[in-house]
Amino acid sequence: MRASLFITCYNDTLYPETGRAVVRLLERLGVELDFHPRQTCCGQMHANTGFRGEAFSQAKRFVRLYQDAETVVIPSSSCVAMIRDQYPMLFAEMGNETLRNQFAALLPRVCELSEFLIDRLGVEDVGAYFPHRVTYHASCHGLRALQLGDRPWRLMAKVRGLEQVPLQNLDRCCGFGGTFSVKNAEVSSAMLAVKLQDVIATGAEYCTALDNSCLMHLGGAMHRQYAGMKTIHLAQILASTEASPAEATL
Amino acid sequence: MNLAAAGHPVLDPTLAPPFPQAALPVLRNPQLRKNVAHAIDVIQAKRAKLVAEKADWQELRSAASAIRDHALENLGYYLEQFEARCTAAGGVVHWATDAAEARAIILELLRQENASEVIKIKTMTSAEIQLNPFLEAAGISAYETDLAEIILQLGDEEPSHIVVPALHINRSQVREIFARRMGLKDLSDDPQALTNAARTWLRQKFLTIPTAISGANFLIAETGSVVVVESEGNGRMCLTLPRAMITLAGIEKVLPRFQDLEVMLQLLARSATGERMNPYTSLWTGVTPGDGPERFHVVLLDNGRSSILASSRERQTLKCIRCAACMNTCPVYRQTGGHAYGSVYPGPIGAILTPQLMRMQHAQSLPYASSLCGACYEVCPVKINIPEVLLDLRALVTDQERGQFRRFLDPMYLGLRIANLIFSRAWLFHAAQFFGRIGLRFFTRKDGWIHSLPSLGAKWTQTRDLRGLPSQTFHGWWAARGSKPMKEAK
Repeated sequence: MRASLFITCYNDTLYPETGRAVVRLLERLGVELDFHPRQTCCGQMHANTGFRGEAFSQAKRFVRLYQDAETVVIPSSSCVAMIRDQYPMLFAEMGNETLRNQFAALLPRVCELSEFLIDRLGVEDVGAYFPHRVTYHASCHGLRALQLGDRPWRLMAKVRGLEQVPLQNLDRCCGFGGTFSVKNAEVSSAMLAVKLQDVIATGAEYCTALDNSCLMHLGGAMHRQYAGMKTIHLAQILASTEASPAEATL
Repeated sequence: MNLAAAGHPVLDPTLAPPFPQAALPVLRNPQLRKNVAHAIDVIQAKRAKLVAEKADWQELRSAASAIRDHALENLGYYLEQFEARCTAAGGVVHWATDAAEARAIILELLRQENASEVIKIKTMTSAEIQLNPFLEAAGISAYETDLAEIILQLGDEEPSHIVVPALHINRSQVREIFARRMGLKDLSDDPQALTNAARTWLRQKFLTIPTAISGANFLIAETGSVVVVESEGNGRMCLTLPRAMITLAGIEKVLPRFQDLEVMLQLLARSATGERMNPYTSLWTGVTPGDGPERFHVVLLDNGRSSILASSRERQTLKCIRCAACMNTCPVYRQTGGHAYGSVYPGPIGAILTPQLMRMQHAQSLPYASSLCGACYEVCPVKINIPEVLLDLRALVTDQERGQFRRFLDPMYLGLRIANLIFSRAWLFHAAQFFGRIGLRFFTRKDGWIHSLPSLGAKWTQTRDLRGLPSQTFHGWWAARGSKPMKEAK
């Protein structure tokens, strides 16, 4: 199996350890990975703020870069949701026939990391070892837009040593919402405070998710509050083995 | 008087402050937040239980969505059919293009009735056209008969929810309002005692005021009927005792067939109050001699609705049946309550309806009052894709604002324009990462975290830290490792 990694702009810049974990995990599972060094951003930030023309130019770029990829793996549920839910409208409104056809051909080959592991590779046990108490935050885009369902839990269930701690009000947003966290910073913070109560109440050592943007939000508040819990992308847990433990988030 | 400055919520979108600003007084009010969160958590839990017992819930949603789509696509036809059937049954139909016209029609009808007082069934549409203060100024006292509306009216409060308008007020506050306004010093905050106080107060209104105003949950084109669903029986009283009834309804409320109620009523009560069936469902068609009002008028209100209808993507906004499930599930509403939305229509549906009713000339902050979590779309009984409409409206607002001179140096606009340039070239993106890392070093503490940033970044760091940028990007790492696959340690 060959796959092309779209790491996303903020993982590339802020969370390279997640990208390294994806590489380690997928290569361990025998996937032949490639990486387009010219990739930048999917356009979600622009689209969600109302900058459609700009979002369209990122969307075009994405399709041009990846049109020949066998499969595109993206370790960020909200970026996958952007591509699935918003690209069709952007291309319908602003694209031409060629672009629409290229996108239609590419779309079925774009998948989120847990979808890739379970639906494409057909694995649940990735041979991981992570001896910690972990709670899973179901990011809204993974939960509702991608309908990831029980995929993340099936993957975590096979991680040796991992103890899952259920999170109350699992379907409640952490309040990040991209530029929402800045445009409506106070409301976002109030949502975050409520979410964090549920997360901290689990008593877990780590809060994990399939989207580093939620984890940046939750982790930023945990650090500010000396909350005694860390965030870690699920890819890093899945990449972790007894011999090579996860590179812990700082 | 500047009501906003005095801390009083302003529900007029032309005057209300922007959402982030309007939300602050609520965020600083623990009692209010507790009241709102408690009330919607109770309704949410009841709803979830009753939805779970319907095996065909998703099919019902699809059917309701199709019914509403069809009604809106053929709205002119069904409205004319409604008018013809209602008129044939003895009703009089009036058409109002805007709030002022609707108010004038209603005032004229009340003058014809020689009314100095009028009783009202809960209607958010009358709040939309600010009917009560208008009537008051014209010398007509309007008395609300819905318990929550009585609380608001007597307490000089504003509605914060479309189904449970006094949701932000708890019962000890209700006791205080009733004791003060009804002169009941010894009133307890026992729900039974409070209800009895309201009942006694209301009974006298029902028995002495012969003119009533209602809203409508649905208009049935096929029969010319009006449908009102309610929980307290006050609506039934208003529909039987008065001699004259005036119904104010938005033009989008029409359903093609009587049988469509089968679908709608199953969805509405479950979605709205978490009940299998609402206690009172009243249907009436024109006038019936010897039974109920002798004179019946329907005022059909446009007030911006036909402009929403004109857009094929935004039209879905008008499918709304006002169940409020979206606000009950909304994590933003849960924190802010309804007043922050500066409109009688709060929550996710308000965030898309209000700016469109204002023809995008006011309430431009509302489409941004959402984290786009999608919970509203998931629960909507008529499948309005609220996040999709929010995004469309954000694009409209951005297109309006981006040409404005004062936006040129606005950090958000400037930042996003620069980001677009950066994302369009890999070398620029990599250079920005490089210089960004150097720049952010000045803000990064020894522990590797950023605790404080200037400008827009301060909006982030007011409540969260940010991890400093790692010394190596992912693409840098990938390039450095060459094409060799990673070695797994044994």
